Amino acid sequence: MTKDIIVKAVDVTKLYGPFTALDKVSLEIAKGEVCCIIGPSGSGKSTFLRCINQLEKMNSGAIWVNDELVGYRREGNNLHEINDADMARQRRRVGMVFQRFNLFPHMTALENVMEGPVQVLKEPVAEVRKRAEDILARVGLSDKISHYPSQLSGGQQQRVAIARAMCMRPDLILFDEPTSALDPELVSEVLDVMKDLAASGMTMIVVTHELGFARNVANTVAFMEAGKMVEIGPASEVLTSPKSPRTAEFIKAVHS
Amino acid sequence: MSTADVTSSTNDQKYEIAHLKLVPKRHIGRMIAAAIVLLILAAIVRAFSVGQIEWSYVRDFLFAPAILDGLKSTLIMTVAAMGLGIILGVVIAIMRVSGNPVLSSIAIGYVWIFRGAPALLQLMIWFNLALIFPTMGIPGLFEFRTVDIMTPFVAAMLGLGISQGAYTSEVVRSGLLSVDSGQYEAARAIGMTQFKMLRRIVLPQAMRVMVPPIGNEVIGMVKLTSLASVIQYSEILHNAQIIYFANTRVLELLLVACFWYLVVVTLLSIGQYYIERYFGRGSKSITASM
Repeated sequence: MTKDIIVKAVDVTKLYGPFTALDKVSLEIAKGEVCCIIGPSGSGKSTFLRCINQLEKMNSGAIWVNDELVGYRREGNNLHEINDADMARQRRRVGMVFQRFNLFPHMTALENVMEGPVQVLKEPVAEVRKRAEDILARVGLSDKISHYPSQLSGGQQQRVAIARAMCMRPDLILFDEPTSALDPELVSEVLDVMKDLAASGMTMIVVTHELGFARNVANTVAFMEAGKMVEIGPASEVLTSPKSPRTAEFIKAVHS
Repeated sequence: MSTADVTSSTNDQKYEIAHLKLVPKRHIGRMIAAAIVLLILAAIVRAFSVGQIEWSYVRDFLFAPAILDGLKSTLIMTVAAMGLGIILGVVIAIMRVSGNPVLSSIAIGYVWIFRGAPALLQLMIWFNLALIFPTMGIPGLFEFRTVDIMTPFVAAMLGLGISQGAYTSEVVRSGLLSVDSGQYEAARAIGMTQFKMLRRIVLPQAMRVMVPPIGNEVIGMVKLTSLASVIQYSEILHNAQIIYFANTRVLELLLVACFWYLVVVTLLSIGQYYIERYFGRGSKSITASM
């Protein structure tokens, strides 16, 4: 495994009772790469994303982030689940942006962004405050830093959530349908921030229905359906001349 | 005059009333009801003023040292029993929601027993524990005579605190359940451990839901401490009783005790308002008034 592979997933399988949510999904993401995962609802895109930082436990398969096995430790021929503290330590390297923002409602925008670096990474408060203010300015929210989430629009909340992930200075940020819960006119302000982030070299995996964003920003596009990775390749190829007929059908349906 | 003209002129008159004054409906029923209630109230007040109450006794004993000492003991017992109740409540609630079947069954059993038995009965059991366990301790390490440690204070604190814990654990549990699952995920996603997630993210949000019912329970506890008079704990009701056994002014001294309970409960209600406001920060109802 080469040095600049950030995420490597091999045969990730997830079952919910008799239902197979993920069926041997594999993926490799290089440093600085932006990968969009597209596909119909219930295809397992979000579940796969959540396996990468172990918000979801897989039934079999393995995922490495930065060459470190995620969530398990090998002992002989078994993989043992790691303890709470080690799991927390691994998650510090991976940012996550949720569909429903999940900002902490009892904290201001600035406090939300500072919470991780101060409480988890134990960095000095003054230093973190400076960085958090810079990042909030970068996502265009300098004038909202002391607002509570309930005082912000959906688009603003999602930009705070992205700032919260950025302030941890992760190796990788996962986006779980970041614009799906937004009013249509607020989608572009969030996509612009993500575009800017991609341009700065952040490694990103984005589960999305925004094919325009995928076309303009992503290096790689993966199409999933019924828990399987149907097709994965360079964005231009997958979106314009897909190999699989199912991918072509999906793209056509989304565009019409 | 044609028919059309007649209709139009009556129509003009019909619409010329827009400037008239609007008189609200008279609520005769409400007035009668209010009058009856006020009459009853006046009768009750009169009964107390002409009844055989020596108001001078009420005045004289309001600040009597024995009453104020009793008040102090009532407050101490409230804090001690409620403190024990909250600690037990948090522990039992976390046991209940933990995935561990043994811990969660024990938590369910705890709530079943201590919420099921009357508080007064529990006080009496603790107080009389010496009857079945003359000594207590860890064999070979230390040992006490039960009557020495099971003082009225200790028995009351255990009885009230442990039964309170059963109620409070349900309040804490509903608080924990009220926090959105997305909050747990967001906390984990920034790398928090379980303990830090509870302390920094979950409990502060659960508090908003928990504070009003816990405030209620504190107020309930102030009054529940009067049960401890039965086991000779010298709280305010017990001291009032001792005085009226001597001077036979029963109702006067009960009113004195009642006055102090009302004072304490009023102060606590005001305090509860400010605590609720603190934990409600960031929520919609607060921001609307900002």
